Amino acid sequence: MIRGKEQQPFRISSGGEIERTQPLGFRFDGKNYIGYQGDTLASALLANGVRLVGRSFKYHRPRGIYSAGPEEPNALVHLRSGGRQEPNTRATQIELFAGLEAKSQNRWPNLKLDLMGVNDLASRFLVAGFYYKTFMGLPGWHFYEHFIRKAAGMGAAEHIPDPDSYDKMHGHADIVVIGAGPAGLAAALQAGETGARVFLIDENDRPGGRLRAEQESIDGRPAMDWANETVAALQDMENVTLLTRTTAFGYYDGDTIGAVERVSDHLLAPAPYKVRQRRWLIHAKRVLLATGATERPLVFDGNDRPGVMLAGAARAYATRFAVQAGKSAVIFANSDDGYRTALDLAYAGIDVRGVIDPRTGGQGELKDRVAARGIDIVEGAAVVRTHGYLGLAGVDIADLETLRSGRMPETRFIPCDLLATGGGWSPNVHLHSHQSGRPVFDPAIAAFVPGASRMNDRSIGAARGRFSLAECLADGIAAGRETAQGLGFPVGSSPATPATDEPATGSFMTLWQVPALPGRKARSFVDLQDDVAASDVKLAESEGYVSVEHLKRYTTLGMGTDQGKTSNINGHGILAEARGMDIAAVGTTTFRPPYTPVAIGAFAGRERGRHAHPVRRTPMHDWHLANGAKMIEAGLWMRPQYYLQPGETPSRAAMDEAIIRETLAVRNAAGISDVSTLGKIDIQGADAAEFLNRVYINGWKTLAIGKARYGVMLREDGIALDDGTTSRIGENHYYMTTTTAEAGPVMQHLEVLLQVHWPDLDVKVASVTDEWAAMAIAGPNSRAILSALFPNTDFSNDAFPFMGVRETDLGGIPARIFRISFSGELAYEIAVPADYGTAAWERCIEAGAGHGLLPYGMEALGILRIEKGHVTVSEIDGRHTAGDLGFGGMMSTKKRFVGDAMAAREGMADPSRPALVGLTPLDGKTRIRAGSVLVADPKTPPPVPKLGHVSSSAYLSPNLGRPISLGMLKGGRERIGETVWAVFPLRNEAVECRVTAPVVYDEEGARLHG
Amino acid sequence: MLYIDCPYCGSRGHEEFTYIGDATKKRPDGAETSDPAWFDYVYLRDNPRGPHLELWHHSLGCREVVKVLRNTLTHEILGAGRPGDKIALPDAETER
Amino acid sequence: MAEYSVFSLVRNALTGHKNWQRAWRDPEPKPSYDVVIVGGGGHGLATAFYLAKVHGIRNVAVLEKGWLGGGNTGRNTTIVRSNYMLDDNSHFYEKSLQLWEQLSHELNFNVMFSQRGVLNLAHSDGQMDRFARRGNSMRLNGVDAELLDRRQVMKMVPHLDFSDEARFPIYGGLLQPRGGTARHDAVAWGLARGADRLGVDIIQNCEVTGFRRSGNRIEAVETSRGTIGCGKLGFAVAGNTGHLASKLGLKLPIESHVLQAFVSEPLKPFFDHVVTFGAEHFYLSQSDKGGLVFGGDLDMYNSYAQRGNLPTIDHVMRAGLAMVPSISRLRLLRHWGGVMDMSMDGSPIIGKSPIDNLYLNCGWCYGGFKATPGSGWVFAHTIAEDEPHALNAGLRLDRFERGHLIDEEATGAVPGKH
Repeated sequence: MIRGKEQQPFRISSGGEIERTQPLGFRFDGKNYIGYQGDTLASALLANGVRLVGRSFKYHRPRGIYSAGPEEPNALVHLRSGGRQEPNTRATQIELFAGLEAKSQNRWPNLKLDLMGVNDLASRFLVAGFYYKTFMGLPGWHFYEHFIRKAAGMGAAEHIPDPDSYDKMHGHADIVVIGAGPAGLAAALQAGETGARVFLIDENDRPGGRLRAEQESIDGRPAMDWANETVAALQDMENVTLLTRTTAFGYYDGDTIGAVERVSDHLLAPAPYKVRQRRWLIHAKRVLLATGATERPLVFDGNDRPGVMLAGAARAYATRFAVQAGKSAVIFANSDDGYRTALDLAYAGIDVRGVIDPRTGGQGELKDRVAARGIDIVEGAAVVRTHGYLGLAGVDIADLETLRSGRMPETRFIPCDLLATGGGWSPNVHLHSHQSGRPVFDPAIAAFVPGASRMNDRSIGAARGRFSLAECLADGIAAGRETAQGLGFPVGSSPATPATDEPATGSFMTLWQVPALPGRKARSFVDLQDDVAASDVKLAESEGYVSVEHLKRYTTLGMGTDQGKTSNINGHGILAEARGMDIAAVGTTTFRPPYTPVAIGAFAGRERGRHAHPVRRTPMHDWHLANGAKMIEAGLWMRPQYYLQPGETPSRAAMDEAIIRETLAVRNAAGISDVSTLGKIDIQGADAAEFLNRVYINGWKTLAIGKARYGVMLREDGIALDDGTTSRIGENHYYMTTTTAEAGPVMQHLEVLLQVHWPDLDVKVASVTDEWAAMAIAGPNSRAILSALFPNTDFSNDAFPFMGVRETDLGGIPARIFRISFSGELAYEIAVPADYGTAAWERCIEAGAGHGLLPYGMEALGILRIEKGHVTVSEIDGRHTAGDLGFGGMMSTKKRFVGDAMAAREGMADPSRPALVGLTPLDGKTRIRAGSVLVADPKTPPPVPKLGHVSSSAYLSPNLGRPISLGMLKGGRERIGETVWAVFPLRNEAVECRVTAPVVYDEEGARLHG
Repeated sequence: MLYIDCPYCGSRGHEEFTYIGDATKKRPDGAETSDPAWFDYVYLRDNPRGPHLELWHHSLGCREVVKVLRNTLTHEILGAGRPGDKIALPDAETER
Repeated sequence: MAEYSVFSLVRNALTGHKNWQRAWRDPEPKPSYDVVIVGGGGHGLATAFYLAKVHGIRNVAVLEKGWLGGGNTGRNTTIVRSNYMLDDNSHFYEKSLQLWEQLSHELNFNVMFSQRGVLNLAHSDGQMDRFARRGNSMRLNGVDAELLDRRQVMKMVPHLDFSDEARFPIYGGLLQPRGGTARHDAVAWGLARGADRLGVDIIQNCEVTGFRRSGNRIEAVETSRGTIGCGKLGFAVAGNTGHLASKLGLKLPIESHVLQAFVSEPLKPFFDHVVTFGAEHFYLSQSDKGGLVFGGDLDMYNSYAQRGNLPTIDHVMRAGLAMVPSISRLRLLRHWGGVMDMSMDGSPIIGKSPIDNLYLNCGWCYGGFKATPGSGWVFAHTIAEDEPHALNAGLRLDRFERGHLIDEEATGAVPGKH
């Protein structure tokens, strides 16, 4: 529990949405403070008189709280600590909670004395793009970059795992209303009453929008009463979903809204079993964008000091948070917002020392009210300079006309600690723009408003430049009704727009920047976060960076965490002035998602750590674990790599021993391996044989029932896709196996061929990979084991020859037996329904006990197949033809098959292409590493002509007593008997090898027929 | 999200589908291996900026291939059907 | 025109930065040029620069439909490397990397080429073997490469997921120390300034709308700023090649796809290298401004829209978290899309076309940025000599028809998968 002084010197004693009965202790830069439930960190800091909260990006200038919302450019803090730390968090949007800890950023050693502030003194050298013009000399950019990177960046992050979790939700709505200000609430109410499914989304903790910050009335009562009643009505509607603390961050195809709900960010930590955030994906039929508008600053010399604040923010702090943003204020605005602000601040007890209005003559009713209160009004004037370093001490004002004429005006100093500035409002067209909506410039408000859209969106209220409350309500009501009606929901008669009490306002004056005092090097900031000054914009223009996109990229205007919410429009206005063009012709940069930054974890949801991807386990997985298997990833699958026996402890030597043991068991007795991961496809239909004939390179028309055949298939481009055996189970019924890796692609390949290209074929395919558990029993003793397992089946060569297939049962378990072999030994594969996998496996182990049967893993499997020259994904690697792999002879010339035409191209049929060979070290013992490249002479200097590569390697074939390898060698079949070098320059190794046939063990295949 | 109206399952988000590609490519079954039609089929694409007939495989659904007419510039989906269906532009000017 | 240097910077600072000249002129198009390059991105500008500099051809125009570098030059994740396995790519990209190493000097414009190392992570023995083959091939071609084991990777980038929680453990990686990043916009601006100083006309807001043909030649291009005659014509409009080629009735082995890219909020130094995940498609580096810049897979459908959708965004973020778990609470600041020319074997096409005086530079897939200077250098040679350079002889268009494919990813004629 953080305790602090109870006094909050800038807190107003009554009013606001804060709960004075719930004080909350928090810490900023190591000091303890007290705020209230309902505060943001920004309002609580202001209440405690903390004005300096951060340093700017480039010049490290002192900065204070500038806004009260998501547009905040300055008040970025490092929130929380340890695994929950969040750099660059906007203090204006952090809901205060007890125990909150935050610190300032981008300063050293501390916020008040930031030695990096030396950059500010060098600011005349560090103008836009300075780094493109220098740092080109030795020792090179990478050297200078080291220092630049340290100076750049904003917050710091540490590499600590995030302890919290995230969810994802899908929503389906007829109408999504984004923004629960007056327009959004009115629209949601109208739409909700028709029965339409409505989502109302708002980024704040409560609905109300700007109404929370203004002194408005509706139907003669405080406007928030109307808002609260509307919310209560919406909450009673089952067809309405109200999401608060939820930011709609992006508008995507199909009228899909991406949103993030901050479920627990207003708490010290998420409650047990609760997520931190929830990422929504909401599919809408219609979208109503009631996203409001953002106030923009005025650009003048010294407009960045702590104490300079947006006028609307100063009102929000006074009205919503009961906080005086200063004790004595000057207001500088180019619309009647200045007068509105003066009234609200005066009402909040702030000493308003003047309203500086660049306009002259004839303003509206608000001005009269201000004058009536005796507040000084200076027309035709502007703030031309500010004073103070760590906080505002006063402003100089001067006559604008004189300033514009280039003459030196008389200036007047007004002491103050708050300067509230308002340059007008820009509709929040971000979401509208995400889907290529093109905002258009509206000169009446000097802002871009939504233009044509090809999506089902409609902007309402302030989001389309309708700034008065009456307009917002009317717009919302009309849009809610019309949109629901357009979707076929019944609407009643139109309700009256609630009455508002808004004074007539004067006109708005476009003022992109206040000219600098003659002779003074003004520091007039456009982008406060990235320290882009008006002079930078002009410099970029003079150097020809005249496109708004070039301006942005050359000066970094709008590239901060606020993405230019307050700065873009001013930058573009100043650019337009410099080019002598209309801002409408200059245009604006593209708004991209997200509207405000979103935690990366929220996009991943639960798919993180070991759940990043599903794990596929075979039915016998637990048996492997219980019996010493070291498991290894094979794509998404887990497969046994080798098995340690009881008493063996994991070590390199134990692994080697296990692999040799398993390999020898297969060659000398028997081994059993789990081959459930192989792809299995059930193929049925009258044209099944014809189909197989088309997809495999070899012929299938003659395969008898009860027989299996090895097949190779190509991609359409003539490259080998996969190999495997397919068995004929019945008249029109086949069972295909694929490699583990290609199971998915082969299945899809077959489906596309059947459905798109050969719909006339009577064939259906179904993936049954997960339906069958499969185990291979290989070795000279396998026949004896099978005979014990299946006493009613005759396993003699005559009765059950090589490539024979039987359907039978294993003591009541349905089973298929295939006499096929990957190891080159007498071998059988048994497939049983997946649920019986472990039971069948255990029976096999039991039956093999007296026959030396050992389970063997991937490593032994690898050695056995390399000895036999059998290819896997290491050779069928997506770059080799059937011919390369030694299957040229299998390619039938009597029929057509997928890939035949492209395989006939000159480059694919070239006899000098790499061909599969065996490789043996000349010395009979040096290991040849997979990944070695084959060359004629290891001493050739680069570039060295390459003859091929080593695709698979076993450092020891226990059966042959030497290392063995497979490789792809140019013209390899003609080079058998020759020598070639396998080089591995990454390790400075070169091994001279003898080229052999791929098969180096039992070349005649006698054991297979055992 | 692109919402594809699968003729078997109804409207589904495109994350359930695997993109196959250009639906106008007809497999030249029966053409000699030397026929340039094969090269055209495997390699050449009109690659239009605008309406594009394409195939999507409903891999995480019914596993049927769906033919979709979609605008590649706007991502708007203009129609969907079975692979053999003819899908016309809504304005019915061009049938591809 | 004034040279850029620390001295000129100081001199201009003392005179209030009033005397900087335009980085490049803004000329009206002439009636005709010896060579017209369509596309004012890095490749088109580099082509013009080397045409003028190496081949002395200075009557050159670069036509850009929008603003310079507004296509993929300004949208990529700025990675520069030459870690290719296949010779046709390897030699070409290495030439490009060598040009990068002198580019800032050559242009007198700091393109911030940062050789911070590009590390590809491996997550299985098989992947280690494939990386070894690639690294060995690189070394045999004179390209730098190092194979790191798990311990070495941990020492170099300790904050990757080495925990027991990792779904795909890290076995090791392939490092190219000379690889790195560069400031993408600066490349376009520096090349534009460099070409302009040699007399090249750079014409922005000039969209090509059609062509005037005569026999098997193109006499002129029709543009939004009038008809411009051309002796020779080069396309450097990757992403839109298919669209432009269709105006000439050319069908190419290319599909246009959208690739998304991402940047986080700016941070103090957090991630010092370029690292790619091996279990999924994901690559990460940190810009000098401090943002984490990352990307992953295509959205996987034909697209000319420069924006993508949430499913791919989710995949990319998931892969990122799997590689560097500590980015969970860091925030995505902005995401956008670029349109890629995806070729049918994943490698670029630079060379002659079926039309006599038209030259193609396209099919860059993901990898166009790193090729920028090399692409311009060989394309300029091809245009000037009417014959490919040895470095792009293998990258010719007819390789598909002849079956001499350059398929690094080995995924075949499925453009989305490269």
